[in-house]
Amino acid sequence: MASNPFAHVVTKVSGPPSAVDYGADKLLRGVVWGAAAVILLLVAYIVFELGRQAFPAMLEFGPEFIYSTTWDVQAKQFGILPEIWGTLYSSLLALLLGGILGVAIAIFLTQDFLDHRVSNVFRTIVEMLAAIPSVVYGLWGIYVLIPLIRPGANWLHDTLGWFPFFGTSLSGPGMAPAALVLAVMILPTVAAISVDAFKRVPYKVKEAAYGMGTTRWEAILKVMLPSASSGILAALVLGFGRALGETMALAMLIGNSNQISLSLFAPANTLASLLASSFPEAGPIEVQALMYAAIALLAITLLVNIFGLWIMKAATRKFEGK
Amino acid sequence: MNATSEALSSQAAAWSVDPKDRVMDCRLQKIFYGDFLAVRNSIVPIEKNKITGFIGPSGCGKSTVLRSLNRMNDLIPIFRFEGSVTYHGQDIYDKSIDPVLVRRYIGMVFQQPNPFSMSIYDNVAFGLRLNRFKGDMDERVEKALRSAALWTEVKDKLKNSGLSLSGGQQQRLCIARAVATEPDVLLMDEPCSALDPIATRQVEELMLELKENYSVALVTHNMQQATRVADTTAFFSVDISQGGRTGYLVEMGETRQVFEDPQAQLTKEYVSGEFS
Amino acid sequence: MTGNISQAILERDLDSLPQLKGSVLEGRGLRSRIYTGITWLLAILAAFPLFSVLYMLIAKGGARINWETLTELPPSAFEVGGGIGPAIVGTGVMVGIGAAISIPIGILAAIYLAEIDPHAKLAQIARFLAKVLTGFPSILAGVFVYASLVVAMKSYSAWAGGIALAVLMLPTVILTAEEALKQVPQKMKDAAYGMGCTRAQVISKVTLPTGMPGVITGVLLAVAGAAGESAPLLFTALFSTYYINGWEGLSEPTSSLSILIYNFSGMPYDNQIELAWTASLVLVLIILLFNILARVLGRQKF
Repeated sequence: MASNPFAHVVTKVSGPPSAVDYGADKLLRGVVWGAAAVILLLVAYIVFELGRQAFPAMLEFGPEFIYSTTWDVQAKQFGILPEIWGTLYSSLLALLLGGILGVAIAIFLTQDFLDHRVSNVFRTIVEMLAAIPSVVYGLWGIYVLIPLIRPGANWLHDTLGWFPFFGTSLSGPGMAPAALVLAVMILPTVAAISVDAFKRVPYKVKEAAYGMGTTRWEAILKVMLPSASSGILAALVLGFGRALGETMALAMLIGNSNQISLSLFAPANTLASLLASSFPEAGPIEVQALMYAAIALLAITLLVNIFGLWIMKAATRKFEGK
Repeated sequence: MNATSEALSSQAAAWSVDPKDRVMDCRLQKIFYGDFLAVRNSIVPIEKNKITGFIGPSGCGKSTVLRSLNRMNDLIPIFRFEGSVTYHGQDIYDKSIDPVLVRRYIGMVFQQPNPFSMSIYDNVAFGLRLNRFKGDMDERVEKALRSAALWTEVKDKLKNSGLSLSGGQQQRLCIARAVATEPDVLLMDEPCSALDPIATRQVEELMLELKENYSVALVTHNMQQATRVADTTAFFSVDISQGGRTGYLVEMGETRQVFEDPQAQLTKEYVSGEFS
Repeated sequence: MTGNISQAILERDLDSLPQLKGSVLEGRGLRSRIYTGITWLLAILAAFPLFSVLYMLIAKGGARINWETLTELPPSAFEVGGGIGPAIVGTGVMVGIGAAISIPIGILAAIYLAEIDPHAKLAQIARFLAKVLTGFPSILAGVFVYASLVVAMKSYSAWAGGIALAVLMLPTVILTAEEALKQVPQKMKDAAYGMGCTRAQVISKVTLPTGMPGVITGVLLAVAGAAGESAPLLFTALFSTYYINGWEGLSEPTSSLSILIYNFSGMPYDNQIELAWTASLVLVLIILLFNILARVLGRQKF
């Protein structure tokens, strides 16, 4: 460091930062820059490593892997269409249920239905739903949910069996319990982001609605909901993204069966639970195929999440007038 | 000689101080925020052991000028400065000068009270520790708190958080923090804007005491305050003729002269309250 | 008397305004009440799974909570008794490894994002990738660590499990810590700069200490989340029925609560299923503890 040009200034205390101070400053800048770069390297390395491992399988099985339906290790035939179907179907069902519930709860929490204490209770309930681990939901699904819904499911099958959604009976694990648990698991995500979306709507918008003589529900449905719509859409997309990647509860509840069925009560499989259930015992060739499946899962979730983040950004900007 | 420096020299003639009485000599040509020209062509000497008041309508750039005097504006990425600020014969905007060093000698008190989220004692000792002060810390802290007229109120609760004080006390704590290291020059940016009248009076009395040892530059939107405490007053105005809002120095002189016998028409209108 | 007259006038006036008393308002009111009822119903519906899960945890899991269960080795197929000791230790150790890696890197990266250069290209990309990673399927962290580490070490290990957890914790730590540091008022930082602090001094003396409660919240939430993860451990740490054996034991397959629950949930033995519920209760209690700590310690002082 250059010498201090103000050294002659008469002051008893002030002095230049020491060489150590300047050194620490440089060091900190370098270190934090490095730490921020770590996340770039990490993502690059993840994509590279998964790509490298899956590459032999991608060469060997080609695009057929995506749309063929057999997974036969002995015959070395691998296709993940049933898993892609199961992933999308279970996530869509979960979104339908969890999305409606989540948005309803967001309305409930933000539109002055409750006094402070009750709304705090509900907030805590939603947060605790998010805190319960996936395996515990899986365990609960096996021993509580499946026995609970089986009589109803089988009644539906017996009376409305001609309807494709009820085409099979529920013998144990299957799409319905998996989607129900998945709905509970994405509910907190949807609710939390929707709550933010409602809170971003300026108070004056609500005031204007009431000022026109609307009832509370007219204000909510005709003014607040449209105003918060892009934020809610982001919540739904991100909740959907979460559902796509969810693993353990599904591996425990969906039945891991390689088939494509519209029936809510038939067993199915998802990409994530295929990985979970097949990976530990897989031989080298199957591992390559599983890596290919992992790449497919990565691609689907990345697309959905980036889309969700993009909508969220647009939604955040909406009221900032940018 | 180009037009800019001509304008500068004509103003310099209007108010000149013997160079040896100046602690800072600020020749501001242009201050930009991005493309926005915030301040132009202003020469503002800061005199030793006096209070120099900056007045003017809001948006006239007086705070910008003040924050340029210890390079606080360097924290704003789009800030750009043309001109020079000479302090003890050294241009503080010279490339070889580290802004951090400048701020060690030229302290600042901000518009909003901004104590750190730590104890009252630690707030005042902050600068001393920063400068690796080796003497009696307790004595220094007490002295600084006394000179900020806060000692009697806080001497029994030095361990309490600085944030637990009232607004006026917080501002005096910030002043104590600033004077604890005995900086050479103290820049005060509307220090009383968040204070009630009683606290304001205390801070004004404090400023008058401080000038015995320090040189003070004070931004105020309150003309009465300028007449009460400032020895010299600089009046800034804002030029909207070019479609922008560019601040510039209109007139500078002894406070009494600026208020009682202003030379410029703009100053006359402003001090008589015709133009707020 | 006059009261009665004005009453009469009022009634007559109301009669002359039938549309106000009539069906429009009532219809809106009724519909409002139905909507409100539906909303309550949905809220209660959402609360049902939580209370059902909590009931099962307490009723089934609570029955086996005792010192023996918390410390003993898991039973083999037809054994009675046994416990979940190694799983508790394994979860603790692997979450610890994950925290030791992700917390320093995460906080340092957050300092860069919040304080050093928030608008730099690197900051924007890092922030975006961190957000994308929060939606990253946790099983893929397991696949990634399997491919890059387990294959190379030729063994499942606590290290691999901990690193997979670190991958998942890192984005949470970065984003919450950045948010916490950004909450530190600019005027406090200005005060520090105004006294002649270097950037490192502003950060170490003002920004970090002031933002620390929020940073701690983020860290604790990341820890709570990692403790409940199972997918990333499935084929990185695998499972073991024994306690971790010293430093070298970290390079061997390691037990965890979540994988124990997964493994035991599918077994046809009551003893194992009971232990799965007990392990669930312990796991949920650990997670709730960290959540509560996050709330208590996370109160900002300014």
